[in-house]
Amino acid sequence: MSDAARIAEEARRADIRTRWWLTAPALFILFIAAVGPLFVVLLFSLMVKGDYGDVKYWQFSTDGWFSVFFERDIFDDTVGLAQAHMEILWRSVKLSLITTLLTLLVGFPTAYYISIQPPKKRDLLVFMITIPFWTNILIRTFAMQEVIRNEGVINTLLIWAGFIERPIQIMYTDWAIFFGMVYVYLPLMVLPLYASMEKIDFRLVEAGYDLYAGRFQVLRRVIIPLVKPGIVAGSILVFIPSLGAYVTPRVLGGGKNLMLGNLIDLQFGQGKNWPLGAALSITLLVIVTVALLVYVRNASRQGGGHGH
Amino acid sequence: MKRLLKAAIAGAALLMSAGAALADGELNIFNWGDYTSPEMIKKFEEKYKVKVTITDYDSNDTALAKVRAGGHGFDVVVPSANFVPIWIKEGLLLEARPDQMENFKNVDERWVNVDWDPGRRYTVPWQWGLTGIGVNKTVYSGDPNTSAIFLDPPPELQGKINVAPEMNDVMYAAIRYLGGKWCTDDKELLKKVHDKLKEAKPKWLAMDYSAYEKMAAREYSAVYYWNGAMLRARLKNAEVTFGFPKEGYPFFMDSVAILKDAKNVENAKLFMNFIMDPENAAMISNFAKYANGIKGSDKFMDKELQDAPEIHPTAEQVAAGEFMLPCAPEVNDIYTKIWTDVLK
Repeated sequence: MSDAARIAEEARRADIRTRWWLTAPALFILFIAAVGPLFVVLLFSLMVKGDYGDVKYWQFSTDGWFSVFFERDIFDDTVGLAQAHMEILWRSVKLSLITTLLTLLVGFPTAYYISIQPPKKRDLLVFMITIPFWTNILIRTFAMQEVIRNEGVINTLLIWAGFIERPIQIMYTDWAIFFGMVYVYLPLMVLPLYASMEKIDFRLVEAGYDLYAGRFQVLRRVIIPLVKPGIVAGSILVFIPSLGAYVTPRVLGGGKNLMLGNLIDLQFGQGKNWPLGAALSITLLVIVTVALLVYVRNASRQGGGHGH
Repeated sequence: MKRLLKAAIAGAALLMSAGAALADGELNIFNWGDYTSPEMIKKFEEKYKVKVTITDYDSNDTALAKVRAGGHGFDVVVPSANFVPIWIKEGLLLEARPDQMENFKNVDERWVNVDWDPGRRYTVPWQWGLTGIGVNKTVYSGDPNTSAIFLDPPPELQGKINVAPEMNDVMYAAIRYLGGKWCTDDKELLKKVHDKLKEAKPKWLAMDYSAYEKMAAREYSAVYYWNGAMLRARLKNAEVTFGFPKEGYPFFMDSVAILKDAKNVENAKLFMNFIMDPENAAMISNFAKYANGIKGSDKFMDKELQDAPEIHPTAEQVAAGEFMLPCAPEVNDIYTKIWTDVLK
């Protein structure tokens, strides 16, 4: 090995060492604040439930996990799939998928519009998108309630304008939930979309037109492939928090139907079944992780093929 | 010798000042949110030169979990009747013997020998109330004194009902409505309870905690909710009227207790004695609009509370109510399963 190569190799090692040192504080915090509590949750999911909440420490049981997926029927004592849990899980996944789709439909044109503005105006618009983040989600949800309730802004306006005679029931419907969810999570979709649209070389769009592509074709064959990373990132940023959404469905949806978040809450509260609650939380985590893994695999597979 | 004397005097002065600081002291109260009269707290602070800090909780389960975890720093907690036995059983409460305190004579006999704390060795009454029916009488003019309002709703109320999202209260009303006893594990009856709740739920609009504002604002026409909230709603909107379900309804009473690991036990005892004074108990009621269980407090209450039917049930109405004690864990499991299935 020549001297030059050795020096280069040493420099490289020193560099890696510095990087490790620099990331150590972050890794340490992540370990203490994320892995530690998660481990506690995992332990709790494997212990015997306490009589009045809590768990019986160091008495292990798989009952919590068993009842995530299966249940002994209370009336005829047969063991079957925990249908109620499956339905609640599916409702949460469905709600998250629809929310993701709606935010994409609304967010895509918004992000596109912002990215074709002159730079100064762009900054202002992006700034305005982030304004809702300044307020707590609970307050935003209650504010939304003032807009859609029977004597709220929308109904009062419609009645005043003579379109309707009696208020339309918007609160406590699925519409109210979607309305609230889209409003709350929209910035999480717009910002990554904008980040990737900003980088588009618009000469490619012009080239598309020059090659006789229609507007729809340009959108489908040029713009969408270019902003795909933004679409995927935005979708994940919206999908994941939607899955555990708790406040919005409860306040705007009226709380008649449980979401995964409410089901977990029930186990730690009146249900007094902490192991089941812990197991449900981990189930939620696994779903999210699987979604992320699928994304990472897709993204890395495409990474090589793109030439930009 | 002189020096020693000086040192002794300084030491004594230090001790005395420390003693004074202790009497000044602090008191940390852990209570339900929006439930503690600031006026009453101010009076207590001024009378005993104690700095009071109040921390909120939103459910019995949260309070229990937090205190059980330790390191909380609270002195006083206000659990509901059905939770007091759990707190005692888990060894979290101090046997403060309020029954030997000066103001104990003011406690209404009805609240002395209670199931959850016979003879009141641990707790003193804070406020009591019940879950019943609120109805807007311009929408429904029939008898509100029945759980049928939300379990078999009349047509004019369907789709306009709010039910408190409380598993125990709802299960209680449904079990009694179908002729059962609380904590029953009779499968046949529970099947009927399950089916009744499943059948009734589509006729409800929401299961929410905001019934006070929304009943007053006519967003809901009927609710299964707490009497104090309905009293507040009626004061805002005279169309609201309250009913005591004749089939059976649950009472609740929240009681003040001192924690075993409290740091300010003496102040906490002063506080216990203080709230058994009718004038101070009336301040609690004036704020939260529930009855308090202290004799002679009525005359210190606001005019609108003194004759409020919501917090002064007749003997016949009282007879239909019952305190909900905690069910055995196996029974609670069944109830949770039914509840999950109804709300899925």
